Amino acid sequence: MTILRIIALALAGLLPLQVQAQDGPLRIEITEGVIEPLPFAVSPFLAESGAAGSYARDIARVIGQNLAGTGLFREIPSSAFISQVSNFDAPVPYPDWKAINAQALVTGSVNVTSDNRLVVKFRLFDVFSEAPLGEGLQFVGETANWRRMAHKVSDQVYSRITGETGYFDSRVVFVQETGPKDARQKRVALADYDGANVQFLTDDRSIVLAPRFSPTGDRVLYTSYETGFPAIYELNVNSVQRRKLDVPAESMTFAPRYGPDGQTVVFSLSQGGNTDIYTLRPGGSPQRLTRTPSIETAPSFSPDGSRIVFESDRSGTQQLYVMNADGSNPQRISFGQGRYGTPVWSPRGDLIAFTKQNEGRFHIGVMRTDGSEERLLTASFLDEGPTWSPNGRVIMFTRETAGAAGAPALFSVDISGRNLRRVPLDGAASDPAWSPLLP
Amino acid sequence: MRHATKALLLLASAALAACSSTGADRFGGGSGGPGSGIGSGSISDPTSVAYFQQTVGDRVLFVVDTSTLTPAAQETLRGQAQFMMANADYTAIIEGHADERGTREYNLALGARRAASVQEFLVSQGVAANRLRTVTYGKERPIEICSTEACYSQNRRAVTVLGAGLGS
Repeated sequence: MTILRIIALALAGLLPLQVQAQDGPLRIEITEGVIEPLPFAVSPFLAESGAAGSYARDIARVIGQNLAGTGLFREIPSSAFISQVSNFDAPVPYPDWKAINAQALVTGSVNVTSDNRLVVKFRLFDVFSEAPLGEGLQFVGETANWRRMAHKVSDQVYSRITGETGYFDSRVVFVQETGPKDARQKRVALADYDGANVQFLTDDRSIVLAPRFSPTGDRVLYTSYETGFPAIYELNVNSVQRRKLDVPAESMTFAPRYGPDGQTVVFSLSQGGNTDIYTLRPGGSPQRLTRTPSIETAPSFSPDGSRIVFESDRSGTQQLYVMNADGSNPQRISFGQGRYGTPVWSPRGDLIAFTKQNEGRFHIGVMRTDGSEERLLTASFLDEGPTWSPNGRVIMFTRETAGAAGAPALFSVDISGRNLRRVPLDGAASDPAWSPLLP
Repeated sequence: MRHATKALLLLASAALAACSSTGADRFGGGSGGPGSGIGSGSISDPTSVAYFQQTVGDRVLFVVDTSTLTPAAQETLRGQAQFMMANADYTAIIEGHADERGTREYNLALGARRAASVQEFLVSQGVAANRLRTVTYGKERPIEICSTEACYSQNRRAVTVLGAGLGS
């Protein structure tokens, strides 16, 4: 179990860790800001029928990509393998895997049933302990959902090795951008967390901004200029039916997010040049939570629904504040150099991610909910709009390049600041929001 | 002319959008009446949209992260107010914009502030409040696209976009 503890420490990543020699050969050395990823092997998944061949290859490939993509694991290429697994139930020849230093081994098999369903089985082994890590599991689903099944296997593997919930079987809603900078066209789009399976949820006739998932992932709030004025809409992800939020005419609304109940919406409403924070419940009328002449926007509920973090320039510059869900007792929490915006409460409740602007650079950072232990994770010409992975370990955000040809893209980074990656998508993309784990 | 063309396109799209929303009819769309034939009118016609855009000046610029009207902006807006009062059939949508050096939500709020400060000034000069409406675009619609102050200063703007008249 040493392997578990060490990875858990690495994941926590909040302190410069110095983990030195471990007992036995299971050893991950973590030095300040650098982790030696755990070597693992995904043995080719066995195809139990001819039709299963391509699924077996693709599923094994996606599992490898998922795990390696975390930065916590390093995939050993199959060209290095000594053993060929020819039977899913045969004993594992541990020495062959030890010889190539595969500390974790994933084996699997895939079948396509007569009614065109995919059956995916997998096992996970701690090679140097010569023991399975948890029970073998089987997933059954539509063949069209083969990537989701690969993600579910990956979530299991990640979870068994790290002791944390995974985040692979999840999606991202974002804004796909096309066209030149002064005539950008924008559409709400949906993709797997890794950028695959892009679908569009709106057309490009109106500017759309900042889509946000409901806690169950089946609905999305976003801002659209459909009427010529910014207004909040709720969209059903499956039916693509949408409805406008019921707010006073002649007001502009934006920056919506769901409360944890999936019913309450917290948002900004701008009237007469003054922007304040409101909540709206189904069938109700907007409840005003802030009453200052300054800008109050970008609200985000705590996971227990008791508090709201938001940004305000009431002090003269953009800073972060936390107030009770009824608007009472606002307290400033950001006091560092520069300006702070777009706060988002982590799904674990422990941290707040934010955008920071300082000395001409933009950063994504995290801090405790009382503002302490601020850490900046990124820096660039323009980074903004963090969103949390369902397990609170990874942050996705928008990074935009400078200049006339500048364009935004989605990036992700660990909360330790490691493993910065571009989410592979065709074309420009902005304003990501990560879904919860899919059911 | 480039600015003018863009403003017209923006107005045209705003007008189209307004057609489908209740209560926004007087802010565009329709036919007949001054200003509805957008782009019509010669710059030499002091009642024309072209004259308003190019001779009066349809936009004012702002200092970074402010919505305060500079003396130059106030001068332009006095001209806009005189034009609006002399041409009482026009309505206007005031668009507030921000440069790209800010977060999306804050820039929306900042654009709303800028549009409102223009609206308040025009009203203070005698333009009826019900002829004016504001909209913020935040950093969504830059008119200049470089990433230097030369462009940012042009993008931190409020543009008064004339529309079809009341009751048209």
